[in-house]
Amino acid sequence: MTEAAITVEGARKKYGDRPALDGLDLTVARGTVHAVLGPNGAGKTTLVRVLSTLLRPDSGRIEVAGLDVVRQAYAVRLRIGLLGQHAALDEELGGRQNLELFGRLYHLGARRARARAGELLDRFGLADTGRKAVRHYSGGMRRRLDLAASLITEPEVLFLDEPTTGLDPRGRAEVWSAVRSLVGGGTTVLLTTQYLEEADQLADRVSVVDAGRAVADGTPDELKKATGGDRIDVVLRDAGQLGAAVALLPVDRAGVRVDTDRRLLSAPVTDRMAALAGVVRALEEAGIEAEDVALRRPTLDEVFLHLTEGAA
Amino acid sequence: MSMSYALTDSWTMTRRELAHWARQPVRVVVGLVFPVMLLLMFGYLIGGGRGVEGEYVDYLVPGMLALTMAFGLEGTMIALTQDLDKGVIDRFRSLPMANGAVLVGRSVADMLQSAVGLGALVGVGFALGWRPDGGPGAFTGALGLLLLFRFAMLWIGIFLALVAGKPELVQAVQILVWPVGFLSNALATPASMPDWLGTVVEWNPMSRTATAVRDLFGGLGTDQVWPAVAWPLALLAVFFPLAVRRFAALNK
Repeated sequence: MTEAAITVEGARKKYGDRPALDGLDLTVARGTVHAVLGPNGAGKTTLVRVLSTLLRPDSGRIEVAGLDVVRQAYAVRLRIGLLGQHAALDEELGGRQNLELFGRLYHLGARRARARAGELLDRFGLADTGRKAVRHYSGGMRRRLDLAASLITEPEVLFLDEPTTGLDPRGRAEVWSAVRSLVGGGTTVLLTTQYLEEADQLADRVSVVDAGRAVADGTPDELKKATGGDRIDVVLRDAGQLGAAVALLPVDRAGVRVDTDRRLLSAPVTDRMAALAGVVRALEEAGIEAEDVALRRPTLDEVFLHLTEGAA
Repeated sequence: MSMSYALTDSWTMTRRELAHWARQPVRVVVGLVFPVMLLLMFGYLIGGGRGVEGEYVDYLVPGMLALTMAFGLEGTMIALTQDLDKGVIDRFRSLPMANGAVLVGRSVADMLQSAVGLGALVGVGFALGWRPDGGPGAFTGALGLLLLFRFAMLWIGIFLALVAGKPELVQAVQILVWPVGFLSNALATPASMPDWLGTVVEWNPMSRTATAVRDLFGGLGTDQVWPAVAWPLALLAVFFPLAVRRFAALNK
């Protein structure tokens, strides 16, 4: 048995003529959290569906917990938990009934299924609402119950497909803390996300996918460094002065982007504080009025643009 | 995966549906009352029974029983498309369970529901003065034919739900089910209709079941039974494999 919890080599899957996975490679080490980052339509959900045995790949070597997802699908299902993009729960039943139902389908038997449902409801702060029908749950509660359902048998590998999409900030924080609590229990987590911040918060490693293939792989810090790291954004009062500002600011002019509509210029920085001080001073000396000057991390758009430009 | 898992999982899935009933008793009652209302409406309000000789209630009650079995198709479709749409079916498919149990549980629960519905309607029929006089054997046989017809409708419903995939598309099928249900001899005899319509109605599998059931309840013999057995079996021979294949193809 290998050290990798997930191995994907040259995965391909077409829907009609449209390739959803176009030779995707991915390796996830045991006991780590791995984020798959990419925009809508990049193939993230298709990847999760293939890994969780819901979808047959056209070709490629795809193994989960050392087992082939096509030939050994049943054995894979014994070892995985899946949290799909939408809460896959029986809305008519209560939270406890849902967990007992899934526990029985894992063949825990009635008594163990009941006990396990109770444990999970406690653990996810749902004990008080276990009897209430799921359709009366809030988005965050649903997601937590969904997560509880995917943890019934302490899976070796857990798949989370955009676990926080559509949740408010509070629901998102709830899910993040739940995912963090899994780490250390030895579970390998593969999560897909559109948010760099989420990958940053939760993941040990990140794969960036685009058009069905992995375009980059590394720790969140490595990826951000590769993108040029932090940026400084300056919003001017007068868009006409953008050109002048670019010419005199102490920044690397090659990486500057200008957005006239928003009266914004954005430049990569290496030394955060020095850049901030330098920019403010230069603007003051030239008498250019700024509405806002801010340091920020690169956004997914920028990581993305950078990586896809780099590949081209 | 052993045979015993297939059985336990099917039972678990059936229990899931029974838990829905326990959670939503009002909906169950409404489901039972609806055909009763149709029966009362056609029996007393609209005053149908064109071309019927003898008591209309003896004609109408078996017709309504058959119609109720046909309309069961909608319930099957709605329940399954909701599960598909919510991703519940995907969760089941990702579990180490016997996947066929999803469909078996659906069938068992729907058949139980239909049996209860039949019982309620028969009771109301009695209250209205309907008296089947074919004897207990023929009575049981008639109920069996009705449930066989429902079983065929069930698998057509499963197939259509898997094709439609989304609850919104169920409405389109509902619009079709009504004319198919009413283009039958459930409420009026084909002889009372224009020739072309009468022919369509005669050929409607539901009419075959209704006719056979009327004869059995009325003690008029078993001549009409074979088409009421053959039609549902023929429909099952087509739609059962189609539905199973479609379900297996969810991973395509």
